[in-house]
Amino acid sequence: MPRTGSAPSRRMPLARWALALALLLAGGAAAEEGIPSLTGQPGDPARGRAIVTTRQRGLCLLCHAGPFLEERFQGDLAPSLAGVGARLTEDQLRLRLVDGRRLNSETIMPSYYRTEGLVRVGPAWQGRPILTAMEIEDVVAFLLTLKH
Amino acid sequence: MRRVLLALLLAGAASAEPRQSGFELMSPGTQAMQRDDSANPGMLWVEEGRALWDSTGCASCHGDVARMRGVAARYPAWDAASGGPTDLAGRIAQCQEARQHRTPFPRESAEALALAAVIGLQSRGMPISPPEDPRLAPALARGEALYRERRGQLDLSCAQCHDANAGRHLAGSPIPEAHPTGYPLYRLEWQGMGSLQRRLRNCMAGVRSEPYAYGAPEYAAIELFLMRRAAGMPLETPAVRP
Ligand code: HEC
Ligand code: HEC
Repeated sequence: MPRTGSAPSRRMPLARWALALALLLAGGAAAEEGIPSLTGQPGDPARGRAIVTTRQRGLCLLCHAGPFLEERFQGDLAPSLAGVGARLTEDQLRLRLVDGRRLNSETIMPSYYRTEGLVRVGPAWQGRPILTAMEIEDVVAFLLTLKH
Repeated sequence: MRRVLLALLLAGAASAEPRQSGFELMSPGTQAMQRDDSANPGMLWVEEGRALWDSTGCASCHGDVARMRGVAARYPAWDAASGGPTDLAGRIAQCQEARQHRTPFPRESAEALALAAVIGLQSRGMPISPPEDPRLAPALARGEALYRERRGQLDLSCAQCHDANAGRHLAGSPIPEAHPTGYPLYRLEWQGMGSLQRRLRNCMAGVRSEPYAYGAPEYAAIELFLMRRAAGMPLETPAVRP
């Protein structure tokens, strides 16, 4: 079976460095500390909101519901995103987006910044994570605003 | 639904957990469309299939298409030529090639769907009855493994949606239990008829994985597993789905 490589990190040297460091530091229990910024730049919550609510980009609302009154069809496969910015720290949120499988290997939540260990990825998606490092930062910044 | 319940009772399909056809998750309007032959768009393909049955010579070997009763309920079946399971569409193509010496209708063509639909209709209401054939065991196991294998950029398996989350909602769509009871069927979203393989390709593409080519052995293996999982449930061909 074809497996994908890790092309995104080539385009993203800083992100690669940060992720490698996080992986080294994480190693199991410490994973709960989360993952530090992938870019070293603060994300933009407005762009993050657009990613979360645009079905084909974030895919979030396929599974999650949240405080987005304009979105008619929200999923019920996952906890609501309402108040998630109060429940979790920035680094914990980032860990759940980058690779939530490190917390729960059975979760259906896709790993948004992982390209290894995948099976039969379609040609259009090969070697690319679901979101770029900058998009992850934007989404994290937006989720942090969801305090209620 | 009384008819379906009755069929279940008659089939003695005493399965451990209750199983639910995708039919049950549909709106009353779409259910009515499937139930009423004069409103069910799939019947147009059935009528074309009936005409093809006679005009392309199936009848000259098999007689009336009514004699195909029960056939669709026991596919995929063992196929000596390929040494594996073949689905009903594959069997039809084989008859055309080996016995009629003609080029088979391509998979997913209107003609191929029409023949599968008219043959499927002959088993409507009958319980799915996969063959007890030990030669199929390896393919059945392969089908189950494929069903449980995570795939695609989203790294999801069929089981994660259709076992763990059936009945919940993926955005607006209720997730069915993935029983292959109605194929080929008319899907409103496609505005057309489609085979089970088309459905499986949609689910594979949905998780951003590369679907297998039409007719690939992986589909027959998955279908074998799904039919085993749905054993005893009544066939609905030609069903309607949203
Ligand atoms: C295919 C389903 C699916 C998709 C798509 C998805 N999630 Fe999730 N998510 C889940 C599930 C299920 C959980 C619960 C955690 C678990 O399963 O271990 C979860 C958990 C979370 C959590 C932790 C919530 C908490 O209260 O602890 C956050 C934050 C989150 N998701 C954000 C997102 C964002 C943002 C996106 C899109 C960029 C997204 N998710 C896309 C299924 C999904
Ligand atoms: C992310 C969730 C998801 C995954 C993963 C998934 N499916 Fe589906 N499947 C659906 C949904 C939702 C539908 C209902 C049709 C629709 O709304 O698109 C469906 C429909 C079906 C149906 C049609 C049932 C009917 O009543 O006609 C079958 C069969 C099926 N899926 C099999 C599979 C198989 C086999 C796999 C793995 C190769 C798979 N699915 C992977 C979500 C999924």
